[in-house]
Amino acid sequence: MALDPVPFVTGRAVFIPGADIDTDRIIPARFMKCVTFDGLGEFAFYDVRFNSETGEKTEHPLNDPRFSKASILVAGVNFGCGSSREHAPQSLRKYGFNGIIAESFAEIFYGNSTTLAMPCVMASAADIVAIRDAVEADPTVEVIIDVKDLKVRTSSGLDISVKMPDSAREALLSGRWDPIQELLDNDKAIDAKAAELNYV
Amino acid sequence: MGKSLFQKVWDAHTVGTIADGRTQLFIGTHLIHEVTSPQAFGMLRDLGLKVKFPQRTFATIDHIVPTINQDQPADPLAAEMIAAIRKNCDDFGVTYFDLASGKQGIVHVVGPEQGITQPGTTIACGDSHTATHGAFGAIAFGIGTSQVRDVLASQTIALQEMKVRRIEVNGDLAPGVYAKDVILHIIRLLGANGGIGYAYEYAGDVFDRMSMEERMTVCNMSIEGGARCGYVNPDAKTVSYLSGRPYVDMTDFNATAARWLSFASDKDAHFDDIVKINAADIEPTVTWGISPDQGISISENIPDPATAATPLEKASIIEALEYMKLTAGTPIKGVKIDVAFIGSCTNGRISDFREVARYIQGHKVAAGVTAIVVPGSQIVAIQCEQEGLPEIFRAAGFEWRAAGCSMCLAMNPDKLIGDQLCASSSNRNFKGRQGSPTGRTVLMSPVMVAAAAITGSIADARDLFTLETASAAVA
Ligand code: SF4
Repeated sequence: MALDPVPFVTGRAVFIPGADIDTDRIIPARFMKCVTFDGLGEFAFYDVRFNSETGEKTEHPLNDPRFSKASILVAGVNFGCGSSREHAPQSLRKYGFNGIIAESFAEIFYGNSTTLAMPCVMASAADIVAIRDAVEADPTVEVIIDVKDLKVRTSSGLDISVKMPDSAREALLSGRWDPIQELLDNDKAIDAKAAELNYV
Repeated sequence: MGKSLFQKVWDAHTVGTIADGRTQLFIGTHLIHEVTSPQAFGMLRDLGLKVKFPQRTFATIDHIVPTINQDQPADPLAAEMIAAIRKNCDDFGVTYFDLASGKQGIVHVVGPEQGITQPGTTIACGDSHTATHGAFGAIAFGIGTSQVRDVLASQTIALQEMKVRRIEVNGDLAPGVYAKDVILHIIRLLGANGGIGYAYEYAGDVFDRMSMEERMTVCNMSIEGGARCGYVNPDAKTVSYLSGRPYVDMTDFNATAARWLSFASDKDAHFDDIVKINAADIEPTVTWGISPDQGISISENIPDPATAATPLEKASIIEALEYMKLTAGTPIKGVKIDVAFIGSCTNGRISDFREVARYIQGHKVAAGVTAIVVPGSQIVAIQCEQEGLPEIFRAAGFEWRAAGCSMCLAMNPDKLIGDQLCASSSNRNFKGRQGSPTGRTVLMSPVMVAAAAITGSIADARDLFTLETASAAVA
């Protein structure tokens, strides 16, 4: 299964403040009553985007018209912590995001995002602030997440080094971000392992 | 140098290395539930794939099941999800513990109780609390739905190896300090993201003395500390808990038990990090914020942003206090509650209900408090009935419900309303976690939940009950 390599993603960016933004916040559990992922996009960050009593839009950055075209999400530490629900990256993907820059990520969320070809890179706290300031000063600033060079560059002139595990980078660059075919190709080795493990 | 349990299990299950450098890891046991599996079966159908080892996947329903009239979900979406898992298990030949089987329950309660969870194995489930099974000396972790698909199709996933941190807790826990307090304390110390990249090995005499159920409570919340998996080394208690359970092959049990025990970490095993904690320092612990690491002992005051060490910490305290509607610098004890919830995969096992029932007789839930008790599985429910526990809870003013996840994440009808504050024995206090976007959760042990329910406000259970050292721990 040849997939498209993802050497970089680019677009406008939006900063979502706060540490430890959990997957319940990204997609509240009640929207997980579904048997497909289609249609999850409109519920991304629902409970912080809408006032629960009045239904009115809040001041959340995703409601700010200046950032309505953003496709890169910028966040703080431990983004995506909490549940293993793939509904979270799926909802962000379907909302229109194609990459995330944060100080750090929770592990399961990170893996889920990579499998959806949504690169997640880690930047220092100071660099996150610099990116935030740049896009808040001018929301039309173009941001590039360069997976190949491990850089985030902006049309406003920022050139920042970012981090990403080698395996995720390799998977994105080689178009192997969804490993299913590779796993299936090792069928013989899987059978051998099953035979060796006496409890299977 | 010797190997840790993690290393032994990892090595035994490694199939190979894929091109991006990750390990292709064989998953011995796969557990599924109704929320994160339907999309995976959909992907399987789209790709024209079969389930490779249907006998290694076990299914049940828990998240959306109503706890009143279990088999009659009023919500058509819930009914659709139940229909989907039934059909998927049928079509692909997967064992399914349906409501009528008498074995349904929270997936992390069902696995151990059926003896499906075994030492020295790898266990995956589309659920972040899969680490619960680590209590048996298994490497157990949560996966996303695409990986559920990978396991169904290939019985393997691609995974980056983890580092191992050994957390040693030695000494004696005081009466009223439970397994829940131990893990809340650990998360408070190491942070909600402290475990990223690590597997946690829980070791030391406190865990040695714990019952299997208490070990499950601890391992369950590993993910709340950022660790994808957590485990306790298998010992005689592990073996005796599993002996005779339905999915344990008893034909040559001595050999099986010896094999299980051989996975325990070697005395000279290498660990990437070691943390030592003194049991005597652990107090009954409650959370005050919106992340499980925002915890304090029951006698402490709610943190003040003015004393925060960094601007980031200050901002997160302010955000948490605003959401929780709590006042900085005031005691957590005495904060009024609206709802009390005892249940979940953290604290919904027989020992949890027994322990609470020991103390609540003669007491009454405070006026205005809704208190619900939800057994973790149908088997736990039956056991409780045989021991007369529902009557004890009802007499004290608690509602006794049927098995499921219930108000832990409120995907069924059990939800907080508005900004109600819930004293909860579950594992997450995230914003909106218990079903209302403004609902508030305070995590604590089941006995502390009972004390809060009776007092009508967050209380020190030691003031209300004459607590003994946790019964199971001394057994
Ligand atoms: S009880 Fe709560 S944490 Fe456990 S599986 Fe159910 S929803 Fe998840």
